[in-house]
Amino acid sequence: MNAPHLNRRHLLISGGAALIIRETPARAHNGAVHVTIEDLVFLPAEIEVRTGETIEWVNKDRMAHTATVKGGWEVMIPAGKTATRVAEAGDSVDYYCRFHPNMKGRITIVA
Amino acid sequence: MKSYLIAGASALLLVATAITAPAQVKPTDPQIAHIAYSAGVIDIETAKLALSKSTNDQVKEFAQSMVDDHQAVNEQALALVEKLGVTPEDNATSQALVTAADAKRAELGKLDGSAFDTAYVANEVAYHKQVNEALEALLIPSAQDAELKALLETGLKLFQGHQQHAEHVAAELK
Ligand SMILES: [Cu+2]
Repeated sequence: MNAPHLNRRHLLISGGAALIIRETPARAHNGAVHVTIEDLVFLPAEIEVRTGETIEWVNKDRMAHTATVKGGWEVMIPAGKTATRVAEAGDSVDYYCRFHPNMKGRITIVA
Repeated sequence: MKSYLIAGASALLLVATAITAPAQVKPTDPQIAHIAYSAGVIDIETAKLALSKSTNDQVKEFAQSMVDDHQAVNEQALALVEKLGVTPEDNATSQALVTAADAKRAELGKLDGSAFDTAYVANEVAYHKQVNEALEALLIPSAQDAELKALLETGLKLFQGHQQHAEHVAAELK
């Protein structure tokens, strides 16, 4: 398809990437969307992903967390580690940490 | 057993009074550090009892997460007091917490099976709630050092999370 065009755009964007990434941590430039976990907070709490994109949780805390969908899937995110999930069509969901249910996040699948 | 239950309840009341009595003098940073650290150690000790007694997977997972989380935060707390040159200072509130916890563990130690699981998890809900109230009403507002205050605020989020986790496990046990 128009992958070369996409790559070029990404290259252009990555010229100012350092700043842009800090301001909008929801999207990265390799098809992965990063969620940072620090001090018991999912950051950003809400992300938009496309089906097939990878969601990567980066756990900066010294304790384990989970990304858990009630009645659905669960991703374990060990202390100081990262964990991933490839987004599926039905993944417009609210999720929480089963170990600390006051930690909440939301995924929206976009076209 | 009834007298144990009563002893447990009155010990809890004693702690609640010790921690939240409005007339109490504001604790100093060395005392706050000691109280927060002790609160973590107590929960670790009780969790270790649960790990040795329970056969319920959810209860054991909860208890393991109490051990891991409170150890992690207490290591952070130790690193911070060392950095600040603060020596944690034992005090009446810490002592009341420990006394109540010892009584509670003695009471829990006499229970087995689902009776133990239910009592342990119910106590975890009550215990975290009580520590949260102390953190919000007294310890965080009293803390002078900004880094200590920040760590207590992280501790509050952690304890609130644990309280909700305990509530979820309690609901599952019913
Ligand atoms: Cu968590």
